[in-house]
Amino acid sequence: MTHRGSSGRVTSAKIVIAGGFGVGKTTLVGSVSEITPLTTEAIMTSAGVGVDDTRQVPGKTTTTVAMDFGRISIDHDLILYLFGTPGQTRFWFMWDELVRGAIGAVVMVDTRRLADCFAAIDFFEHRRLPYLVAINCFDGVQYHDANDVRDALAIPPDVPVLSCDARSRDSTKQVLIALVEHVLSLRRPRAASTA
Amino acid sequence: MDSHDDEEPTGALVRPYAVTGGRTRPRVEIAIEALVETTQRGRSRQDGYSQVREKQYIVTLCDGRLQSLAEISARMSLPLGVARVLVADMAADGMVAVYEPTALDGNDAVGTELLERVLSGLRKL
Repeated sequence: MTHRGSSGRVTSAKIVIAGGFGVGKTTLVGSVSEITPLTTEAIMTSAGVGVDDTRQVPGKTTTTVAMDFGRISIDHDLILYLFGTPGQTRFWFMWDELVRGAIGAVVMVDTRRLADCFAAIDFFEHRRLPYLVAINCFDGVQYHDANDVRDALAIPPDVPVLSCDARSRDSTKQVLIALVEHVLSLRRPRAASTA
Repeated sequence: MDSHDDEEPTGALVRPYAVTGGRTRPRVEIAIEALVETTQRGRSRQDGYSQVREKQYIVTLCDGRLQSLAEISARMSLPLGVARVLVADMAADGMVAVYEPTALDGNDAVGTELLERVLSGLRKL
């Protein structure tokens, strides 16, 4: 009695869009989303703080983290969400939630500020979340060759590195397609030895 | 004379979990991308939520429209954790259905099939 999954089961999936502040995460999400990107906020209450304490120092005990996201209806019962990571990597508690169950991640890179993406790459490698690197070419200008970026980031050879224009729907679409293809390619070798 | 300050909100800080009666933990965990849809029961009995404006709003928002927990949070300007507590309560009451995302860990056929559907959907965009 195998259930074939495809018959009307409503479900969703998500892709994480990471990168430094101002690298174009929300622009990328917006270029392909069917809704204007929305913002959800999460509140982190400092661990170990009792309820009473918050009365004395309101505002000191909580931190609000904002995440922008968009939505793509793949078909009537499958919706894909694109979540931008919070700009500051110190909000790791939110990254955990974003990564859980995600298809994979797009790490956006501005070659003028390459180091901004290091933390994201470390995080995804540590969590074994598949990712690719998308070099956002501001104004159509790419300052570094993709191979130079690969070397500078010291990422494994199987991780795709490609250029994109986050403002372009088609370019963003190609980035997302490349990511899902990459994720599938990581599964196939172990899934079956096809003739 | 009793000069105790009432512990009224000052207006500077809206206590985010007031709407949940102070509860910060949901009855069940719900993924940020989990989809929520109003049930038939929710549609016919939303009067039962007259005390909680936010729950009524969720019933309306998700009526005939799949909305993720993230969308509910964003569209209602409620913190994610607050939306999660409310939706978990409403699911326990049978007022909404919650559809969790497909697990992709491991290497099973269900996950692979989902990825292939996503891929083909993206190509058709």
